[in-house]
Amino acid sequence: MKFTLSWLKSYLETDASLEVITDKLTSIGLELEEVVNPADELRPFVIAKVIEAAPHPDADKLQVLKVDTGSEILQVVCGAHNARTGLLGAFAPSGSVIPSNGMKLKPTKIRGVESNGMMCSERELRLGEDHDGIIDLPSDAPVGMSFADYKGIDDPIIEIAITPNRQDALGVYGIARDLAAAGLGTLKNPDQSPIKGTFPNPLNVTITSKKECPVFAGRYIKGVKNGQSPAWLCRRLKSIGLNPISILVDITNYMTFDLARPLHVFDADKVNGDLTIRMGKEGETLEALDDKTYKIGSENCVVADDKNVISLGGVMGGSATGCTDKTVNVYLECAWFDPITTALTGRKLGIESDARYRFERGVDPESVLTGIEAATKLILELCGGEASDVITAGKVPSVSHTISFRPERIAELGGVTVSLDEAKVILGNLGFTAEVSGKKLNVTNPSWRCDIVGEADLVEEVLRIYGFENIVSVPLPNSSRPIITGLNAMQKRVRTAKRTAAGRGLREAVTWAFLPESQAKLFGNVPAHLILDNPISNDLSTMRPSLLPNLITAAGRNADRGAHSSQLFEAGNQFSSDVPEGQHMVIAGIRRGLNGVRHWTGNPEKVSAYDAKADAEEILRTIGVKIDNAQVAAEAPAWYHPGRSGALKLGPKNILAYFGEIHPKILKSLDVKGPLVGFEIMLSSIPFPKAKSDNNRGPLKASDYQAIERDFAFVVDQGTPAGDLVRAVKSADKNLIENVAIFDVYEGFGENGSQKSVGINVKLQPKSGTLTDDEIEAFSTKVIASAAKKTGAKLR
Amino acid sequence: MDDLKQIETDITAAINGVNDIDSLDKLRVAELGKKGRVSLLMRRLGKMTPEERQEFGPKLNGLKTALNDKISDRKNVLEEEALNARLLSEKIDITLTPTPEGKGSIHPITQVVDEVTEIFTEMGFSVAEGPEIEEDFYNFTALNIPEEHPARQMHDTFYFPEDENGKRKVLRTHTSPVQIRTMMAGKPPFRIIAPGRTYRCDSDATHTPMFHQVEALVIDKGIHMGHLKWSIENFVKKFFEVENVKVRFRPSYFPFTEPSAEVDIGCSFKDGEIVIGEGDDWLEIMGCGMVNSKVLENVGLDPNEYQGFAFGMGLDRISMLKWGIPDLRDFFAADLRWLKHYGFSCLDIPSLSTRPLTQSGQK
Repeated sequence: MKFTLSWLKSYLETDASLEVITDKLTSIGLELEEVVNPADELRPFVIAKVIEAAPHPDADKLQVLKVDTGSEILQVVCGAHNARTGLLGAFAPSGSVIPSNGMKLKPTKIRGVESNGMMCSERELRLGEDHDGIIDLPSDAPVGMSFADYKGIDDPIIEIAITPNRQDALGVYGIARDLAAAGLGTLKNPDQSPIKGTFPNPLNVTITSKKECPVFAGRYIKGVKNGQSPAWLCRRLKSIGLNPISILVDITNYMTFDLARPLHVFDADKVNGDLTIRMGKEGETLEALDDKTYKIGSENCVVADDKNVISLGGVMGGSATGCTDKTVNVYLECAWFDPITTALTGRKLGIESDARYRFERGVDPESVLTGIEAATKLILELCGGEASDVITAGKVPSVSHTISFRPERIAELGGVTVSLDEAKVILGNLGFTAEVSGKKLNVTNPSWRCDIVGEADLVEEVLRIYGFENIVSVPLPNSSRPIITGLNAMQKRVRTAKRTAAGRGLREAVTWAFLPESQAKLFGNVPAHLILDNPISNDLSTMRPSLLPNLITAAGRNADRGAHSSQLFEAGNQFSSDVPEGQHMVIAGIRRGLNGVRHWTGNPEKVSAYDAKADAEEILRTIGVKIDNAQVAAEAPAWYHPGRSGALKLGPKNILAYFGEIHPKILKSLDVKGPLVGFEIMLSSIPFPKAKSDNNRGPLKASDYQAIERDFAFVVDQGTPAGDLVRAVKSADKNLIENVAIFDVYEGFGENGSQKSVGINVKLQPKSGTLTDDEIEAFSTKVIASAAKKTGAKLR
Repeated sequence: MDDLKQIETDITAAINGVNDIDSLDKLRVAELGKKGRVSLLMRRLGKMTPEERQEFGPKLNGLKTALNDKISDRKNVLEEEALNARLLSEKIDITLTPTPEGKGSIHPITQVVDEVTEIFTEMGFSVAEGPEIEEDFYNFTALNIPEEHPARQMHDTFYFPEDENGKRKVLRTHTSPVQIRTMMAGKPPFRIIAPGRTYRCDSDATHTPMFHQVEALVIDKGIHMGHLKWSIENFVKKFFEVENVKVRFRPSYFPFTEPSAEVDIGCSFKDGEIVIGEGDDWLEIMGCGMVNSKVLENVGLDPNEYQGFAFGMGLDRISMLKWGIPDLRDFFAADLRWLKHYGFSCLDIPSLSTRPLTQSGQK
């Protein structure tokens, strides 16, 4: 909401400075956004007189002027065709900055002739579009006077933010009313006294949609003369960014911003017969003042004449009945339209208008009757003519109600004690009626404050005028009942997982939760209900079914920027459906390129599925999963390389994680070069360990007997998983075996290379005595037998 | 017996003349071994008279001990020299770099969530979470934002298609629905923060369609705006690590709080950088207020018994302020250079017990 200081002062008698006023606006909830004085950039410009205009010796289109600035006579080279001896205009001295282009003037030579300063056009001063020659002022303009003062534009423009509850402050008068209540001066009321009609209203008005338009006031004004608005009106409209159009149109705009009272003026000669305010009918259309044609439905409240819809109630009028320069007779409408209906109509038809903006926030219904008088007064003043009686259809709705207000609620909610008497005064100044009833106040809201519904609203009203700065900090007391604090188990798990991943050399990224549908589909089924109706762009349309695609494309972008390799992870939700249970917390990571950098100690290798497996296992281990109990199965989803990926599982159904190389077709679709490996850990589907009864870890049982190690080289079929062999070896003697590790794999062994040799190291830890040679021999036999039985392995 | 002196002189000279341990060992065997000169003299002891033996025996033993000591000393010297020579030959180029390890990092958003969590945990809060795809009820209706209300326009909402009942899910526009879920699921008092991702259909230099908020909610008996102000001041001091901070409440409007306020903190601009805490400028950091009695009724609480406050702020924004990160859009670009520059070590876990002293704290 914009307005000028002088406009505000037309309703507020005050000695307060601009700064005091703007500070107060902010402190009462009308937050200052900006103050700009258009005169500021025009300060150096003065009125100057051309005392001589001679042709430039070297240029046909230039003249050499002698200019009297009131303090000195300067030579100025000028290219304007209207420069002439005797002209009075706006002079920009050397050192000043031209507002339209930011150019700083300095003494110069133009085609060999010295020039000091410049005579300006309107456009150069940002006062208008006129660039057809320099400003040409009337002969009585005083030489040497500040140009801004002369033009009367030394008037700061104030812009404030209005919250949706404060419709009353969407007019300058309402802002003045709030400032006066806050003690910043005296409110001056607008003249809204009734104007007696000189003839009966010739049009009948009928309301059939009483809920959507409870009251409609109309008045016929004949014999008006439309034209250009007077300077004061043009200036006010321009100052808030509105282009003056014609007096009749400008008056409706002005009423909207002056009194927050939208109204409409029809060209009465274009209206066919009487008016009806009714709901629209399917098939009706309206070409509105924005030159667009809208399809009207039964949910839209319209103003219609005997033939057509002529206006969308509270939103926008029709162009067919709009006023033009030729308009002679007008019909003035001042009505109250229901906020919800107005909002729905505006939203459905996609119309943003100043009228809609106000009606959907709840225009003061009492202003129907006063507003029509204020508008009539302006029309008669500026356009002449004769006004009819006012016809009023329907009844002004009441938005006032009485709230039983306990003033102690101010302290209870606001933390500031304000006495009953003080509260009564503040509310009274704001236009509320407040009657003392015992220890309470019976408070009735004024018609312009339909947002007030309960005691808390009154607390805020009193407090914002009394001053939020009076709220004193009070330490938060202990909770009235002991409550749990900090992170829950799942939150701790996510934090641990993230910091473990970062500790392993992965950099945490936060990427969009949505991505292109085409990319989402590469990572599983995408239900239609996970595709946004109104995405910001098609690239951000679909909720991600996996965290991987965004990480993979990020790796691609980093590669394009020259990164040899990328290591990224992210923790966040992936989505399988739109219910809370369909939003799964996952940590996923990728590694692209090499698993290190070139170095004198040895060169890095391409990342492999085992790098991803290591990431997954280590993160699982640190979040408390007994990873040694997990199974590894070649069951990764389709976006992984089918032969180089797997799932880590606890039991047949509970998938902890997937890992592996990303499928080359996926990389191709995402336009990212491999090698690229990744993992996904389903943090929210991993069971939590049972709550421990105590933290006691029990004594360390370290054996004093010497551990021994034995190596075995087994030959198995190429397709036999080494993990099976390890499990077979482990099962040979669970008490004795402390660890089994694979130290060598040699593929392409045996006939046709169809076998592989697997070197296995077994560490034995006896607990009751040193092992004898016989015992070790017996153990070896058991290992070999178990491996042979379970995997067909033969000792090499 | 003069030969003893001579023998000692001869052998001592030989020991000192030896330059390696092998030669020294050979010398020891030659001189002190079974066939060595000293051993031969020892054998002569048996043929001597008791008087001679008494005189000669100790001298001979003395000689033997002295020579053994000299050999041992010489051996130590030679070993020391050999070790020194070896160490010298083992010298490496200590300016060469060790094998590099890949460095990971934590995103500033995670860091800021952990910091905020730490501060509020100390103040007795727990962390609550909720779904990002929300029902209209939790995101709007229960928060006193009815369908047609203009306040909904403040929330450029992302919508999903209508379901068979004509209802549309939304991407939550704020973390406030977590308030509603928390209050509906539990019993008062409540004291939670709810950090998380939020979404609005908005994209320009300072807005991204996804961003992060943290919501705080306190519901108890007798909670008022003074407690709210203290909580915010306490948070701001700890988060921005400043001793004093000016906090200003401005009346504002949110459908879910009444009275409502926007919160500005004092700041100043020095050399284009923002300094939080003091100064004549104000910086808006959050919206807050007393939970609207309608919201309390919507979740089944009696506003005459329980009341409290809520506030919400942008996590991206406060991390930009704290760490001087210029552009919000970079947060979500996953550019390794940015992640490296603005990221945190995995071990940099925020903790009040290891909070660094501020400049004013060091005075």
